[in-house]
Amino acid sequence: MEIQFLIILITVIFIGAIAGYLGSLMLSRKMTIVVDPLSHLALPGVALALIFGKDISLGAFLFLFIGTILIWFLESKTKLPTETVIAILFSASLAITFLFLSEHEIEEALIGDISKIGFFEGVITILICSGVFFLLQKIYSKLLLISVSEDLAKAEGINLKKYQFLYLLSISAVVALGVKFVGGLLVAGLTALPAAASKNLSKNLKEYYLGSIIFGILSCLLGSLLFKVTHLPAGPLIILASALFFLISLIFKR
Amino acid sequence: MENDIVLKVKNLNVELEGERILENLSFEVKRGEVLTILGPNGAGKTVLLKTLLGIFPYKGKIEWESGVKIGYVPQRVPFVKDVPMNIEEFFTLKGIKRETKEVIKLVGFDENFLKKNIGELSSGQYQRILVAWALIGNPDVLLFDEPTTGIDITGEETIYQLLERLKNEKKLTIILVTHDLSVVYKFSDRVICLNKCPVCQGTPKEVLSPEILSKLYGQEVKFYEHHHQH
Repeated sequence: MEIQFLIILITVIFIGAIAGYLGSLMLSRKMTIVVDPLSHLALPGVALALIFGKDISLGAFLFLFIGTILIWFLESKTKLPTETVIAILFSASLAITFLFLSEHEIEEALIGDISKIGFFEGVITILICSGVFFLLQKIYSKLLLISVSEDLAKAEGINLKKYQFLYLLSISAVVALGVKFVGGLLVAGLTALPAAASKNLSKNLKEYYLGSIIFGILSCLLGSLLFKVTHLPAGPLIILASALFFLISLIFKR
Repeated sequence: MENDIVLKVKNLNVELEGERILENLSFEVKRGEVLTILGPNGAGKTVLLKTLLGIFPYKGKIEWESGVKIGYVPQRVPFVKDVPMNIEEFFTLKGIKRETKEVIKLVGFDENFLKKNIGELSSGQYQRILVAWALIGNPDVLLFDEPTTGIDITGEETIYQLLERLKNEKKLTIILVTHDLSVVYKFSDRVICLNKCPVCQGTPKEVLSPEILSKLYGQEVKFYEHHHQH
């Protein structure tokens, strides 16, 4: 196996793990849907990155980060539901993207490309994944409590705004990385499918988030291997692999 | 603060989004007593509890005895259906891993019940679990918002009997919100009638005269009297 593919494999293991872990939270907060428009929010960033020859994730993250702050701000100012606020921003950003990108670039932005990942990008990705993982681990139970009951969380003295912000920040980081691998169209599947599959099979929280991480890893690995064999685009293959795991989980559903 | 006073509230005013919810409320809570806050829906009872917890901004004075620990059972906690989670894992969301066995026994369940999925509980069981949640950390005061009446899962102990037992076993002070009059007579030492501004205060027998009740509930009082008879 050539070195570059090995780097890709190691990198996607980290991506799959963090997407699965985050996904397990998002399913519980009924926020899975949010990733989709959020990923489109990343697209103008992707567009700029492609135009100026910079890293896609960097552009995506910058836009996601600004967008996230904007969402957080608009949400607390207007009291609109998060979904609505995101939808407003996302249609605007999608429009910008289509104005400025060529057809080929749009394809890359929408379905991603893992073949370009080199050593440096791999290391950066792994570092970011690890950082987000430790952040999520710290805030996981608090976010879960907030999703169970905001009243209970507030009574425990949990600062809702702070944790929601950290949560959106984590989502931005993972979506930014995901956009590079599976593209803006499919990144929602990267987080939602492993969690959904795991939910079908687990009877408690620990099984659930561990299962979600494992399904995330397996989907990314299987998708990347299929990409190596078939030379079809990796992004769709990764998502199809996780859809396959989801179908299997339905058969064994508890 | 005097020795046996756990909570002192003076001239409490709460305004949320431009609407005045509580006006000039003053009361004290003694250690070990059960104080019921009675009032119709929309009287500001829940807001009062949340304000006491520090969730809402207020004007006036709320003085808790220093070092007092508060447990809170909110009115509505939706069932946890999105995430597979057992009761033990739910308890650990509070950040304390010990005590789970102790609190589950306190509310009348077996230790093995901790492994039960929280989404599969009946509403009566769920309420007990929420009481157990509030008991983690060994609180001195329990704030309880609208315990559901008429649900008793063990067939022996109602939620009020449970509270009564906890009060005695754990020497709890309980502040209870309800719109159910029968609870007041059976269970509480003192009552505050609330309808945005305080309507009455005292022991149930002292204050719950027909005049006060009609002032508190208006038309609704007939329903409650009827309800109380059977």
